[in-house]
Amino acid sequence: MALPVRKFDAVIVGAGGAGMRASLQLAEAGLKVAVLSKVFPTRSHTVAAQGGIGASLGNMGEDSWLWHMYDTIKGSDYLGDQDAIEFMCRMAPQAVIELEHFGMPFDRNDDGTVYQRPFGGHSQNFGERPVQRSCCAADRTGHAMLHTLYQRNVRANTLFFVEWMALDIIRDPSGQVLGVTAMEMETGEIWIFHARATLFATGGAGRIFSASTNAFINTGDGLGMAARAGIPLEDMEFWQFHPTGVAGAGVLITEGVRGEGGYLLNKDGERFMERYAPTMKDLASRDVVSRAMATEIKEGRGAGKEADYILLKLDHLGLDVIEKRLPGIREIAKKFANVDPVKDPIPVVPTCHYQMGGIPTNYHGEVVVPAGGNPNSVVPGFYAAGECACASVHGANRLGTNSLTDLLVFGRASGDSVIRFLQENPGHKDLPKDAGDYSVQRVARLDGQTGGESVFEVGAEMRRTMQAHCGVFRFPDMLQSGVAKIKAVAERAKRTEIKDKSKTFNTARVEALELDNLIEVAVATLVSADARQESRGAHDRADFAKRDDVNWLKHTLWYREGSRLEYKPVNLKPLTAQTFEPKVRSY
Amino acid sequence: MKFRIYRYDPDKDAQPYMRDYDIALEPTDRMLLDALVRIKAEDDSLSLRRSCREGVCGSDAMNINGRNGLACITRLADLKEPVELRPLPGLPVIRDLIVDMSQFFKQYHSIKPYLRNDAAPPSPDKERLQSPAEREELDGLYECILCACCSTSCPSFWWNPDKFVGPAGLLAAYRFIADTRDQATSERLDDLEDPYRLFRCHSIMNCVDVCPKGLNPTRAIGKIKDLMVRRMT
Ligand SMILES: Cc1cc2nc3c(=O)[nH]c(=O)nc-3n(C[C@H](O)[C@H](O)[C@H](O)COP(=O)(O)OP(=O)(O)OC[C@H]3O[C@@H](n4cnc5c(N)ncnc54)[C@H](O)[C@@H]3O)c2cc1C
Ligand code: SF4
Ligand code: SF4
Ligand code: FES
Repeated sequence: MALPVRKFDAVIVGAGGAGMRASLQLAEAGLKVAVLSKVFPTRSHTVAAQGGIGASLGNMGEDSWLWHMYDTIKGSDYLGDQDAIEFMCRMAPQAVIELEHFGMPFDRNDDGTVYQRPFGGHSQNFGERPVQRSCCAADRTGHAMLHTLYQRNVRANTLFFVEWMALDIIRDPSGQVLGVTAMEMETGEIWIFHARATLFATGGAGRIFSASTNAFINTGDGLGMAARAGIPLEDMEFWQFHPTGVAGAGVLITEGVRGEGGYLLNKDGERFMERYAPTMKDLASRDVVSRAMATEIKEGRGAGKEADYILLKLDHLGLDVIEKRLPGIREIAKKFANVDPVKDPIPVVPTCHYQMGGIPTNYHGEVVVPAGGNPNSVVPGFYAAGECACASVHGANRLGTNSLTDLLVFGRASGDSVIRFLQENPGHKDLPKDAGDYSVQRVARLDGQTGGESVFEVGAEMRRTMQAHCGVFRFPDMLQSGVAKIKAVAERAKRTEIKDKSKTFNTARVEALELDNLIEVAVATLVSADARQESRGAHDRADFAKRDDVNWLKHTLWYREGSRLEYKPVNLKPLTAQTFEPKVRSY
Repeated sequence: MKFRIYRYDPDKDAQPYMRDYDIALEPTDRMLLDALVRIKAEDDSLSLRRSCREGVCGSDAMNINGRNGLACITRLADLKEPVELRPLPGLPVIRDLIVDMSQFFKQYHSIKPYLRNDAAPPSPDKERLQSPAEREELDGLYECILCACCSTSCPSFWWNPDKFVGPAGLLAAYRFIADTRDQATSERLDDLEDPYRLFRCHSIMNCVDVCPKGLNPTRAIGKIKDLMVRRMT
């Protein structure tokens, strides 16, 4: 069946922070760009970011991009690529200032400069003491940033396709990417977006776990599409568990609470982080804090009837600070935890939050795969930025505030790369004859399925499996049985059935197609985690308790075909700075 | 728990109708959205928008027992049964609880919702300065999540959705007027100096009542009106 076609210079899938920073670059350059999003742009999950954007502005004390770079590399447990990290940390101040010029309502200091708060893992002078580096708008930084970027795109007349879901990547026989297929939700129609360059900014996939700080729409669509198109996924075993999700609800309580002076207590009222991280204490990096909390709970020092959560105390900050710097947190705590943090501590548990891995790219935002002996050979016409991409700046563990920085810096850089590519490659390449057939078949399979499985049930089974087999602590037997289990769930996902056959805004169909993507991510995660025989950053194995740089200082690449793994070296060579050699990590 | 939900699928329904549901909830189901997810697991044809499930994305605005609100932060315990759910009033229904928001966004776009300041910033690597007090002027304005609870409970917006900017758009207009970095105040006021765009607001305050973020569009509208009066004198 021939699908209708729309032609653009570039198509961007995703209108979160990364997608809209990139689209701005292209729209302001006068290119014909289409931005597709499953939701109205300001509903993208960047809107939920709370704590801030990391940049060494030095408004509140001495700071430098080199210190930021060191913190990021150390935070990554040395798995981050040092060229990309240097690039991000150097560009960060400019990216934040630019956002301010766009109208971002940052909090301010008395001298009129942007206010910055301390955040986990960010330090002065290579780990000596905490530094104030996180640029914020109260505890609504993501909201302020996403709206500002949307507003700037309105000014630039960016063309948005709102409530359009991209289904699959179109590649020609040479492997070049020529656009995507996408479904208009309102009508159920499928179109081909034929583009000279395609940029993915589809965000995270935190919904593979039951307890997650992520939105319903964070279903890893970009990763699923890439995997189905033969592109490997990098470092998928590394998932960040944020120390402070509201117990039972999953909703996030920003690390900014600890940045402003809050701290964690066990059931005995002990400030236990002093034992685990004497220097940085509650502001150690997230993997360290989450593990400490999980250990406290495991050893019976959790609070509550079931001794299954930790307490986050902030009442000592006082009503004024809470109202001024953390008003959204107070709202969330009241609504989702039934406590007013001005008086009582908030019950929290480590909760799945962020995917460090993703579609492999270099620091220009170009997607790279192993080919012809080069582990980082560029896929022509294909770009990725933001949480769906792996540059890799976050390595085995991301520092708080570094994702928003990543969106701004790599959103812009990938936009610039697209512009260069378009200049060098005029004209559209022809679409293959069967372009779009694959998507049409997938949707037809779903619509025609009888006697199949419920999307809700299969999804729940996937989330339970991930939660039980691939959490904060990982055990060899659980990983092994988890791999078998998740592959069985993946088989069931091939036979999902929906009762709703309507063409009009069929959200059951959308959820079924989302599950197709989630399941790819879930399999990639478990298979990659099972194979990595060491503990590094967020990947903590009971049977291999130590980091092993001799054998495992390398990136994982998972291919969907045969669920095969390959590895590629970590880039330890920065652009201009000296290499930060791996050393023991303590906070 | 009992629910009565507005259902309409143009593919098969000649008319909208109300459908009853009685579902067993789990102790972890705290908010209305949790219940809707549970209903959808049983009847996958129920259509609604949702994303963040924490009241920041603005997706799941609907009319809940006669009042506009966000399903994800509306506590089930506070709702009278059967809980009656309808799409936001005054906008065309696409399907079930999903409305066509084009008119709402068109009005938002009409106020030029972006910082206007043609002067080059003092330096490309320095922020424009703003005192904490100046920045505080934006509190209560910039937090809008564009959920449309307010505009779709405003009688003036129902009657003139094409001409009256509505509370959300006017709140946004004032957000830029109040920003010391924006230099287009007089153009913004000119644009609103119109019998419909601003002056259809009769201070009925429905908008303030329903805003799930506790914002006050009426006050912002009042401030715009004050500025207009002041610049005439
Ligand atoms: C609660 C919370 C708080 C956070 N706080 C911070 C913080 O303070 N600082 C920080 O640095 N990081 C923070 N993070 C992390 C950070 O917010 C995210 O990593 C980041 O916002 C992701 O941005 P993105 O642009 O990559 O994707 P998103 O903002 O998630 O956007 C994804 C976009 O892709 C679109 N999309 C997806 N699939 C498709 C498809 N198939 N077709 C069409 N469109 C599609 C979506 O509609 C959306 O527009 C936080 C995360 C969470 C969950
Ligand atoms: S105060 Fe004005 S904007 Fe608000 S509901 Fe009334 S008429 Fe509408
Ligand atoms: S002012 Fe309040 S009710 Fe109106 S759109 Fe904004 S957040 Fe929603
Ligand atoms: S789902 Fe985002 S506001 Fe309710």
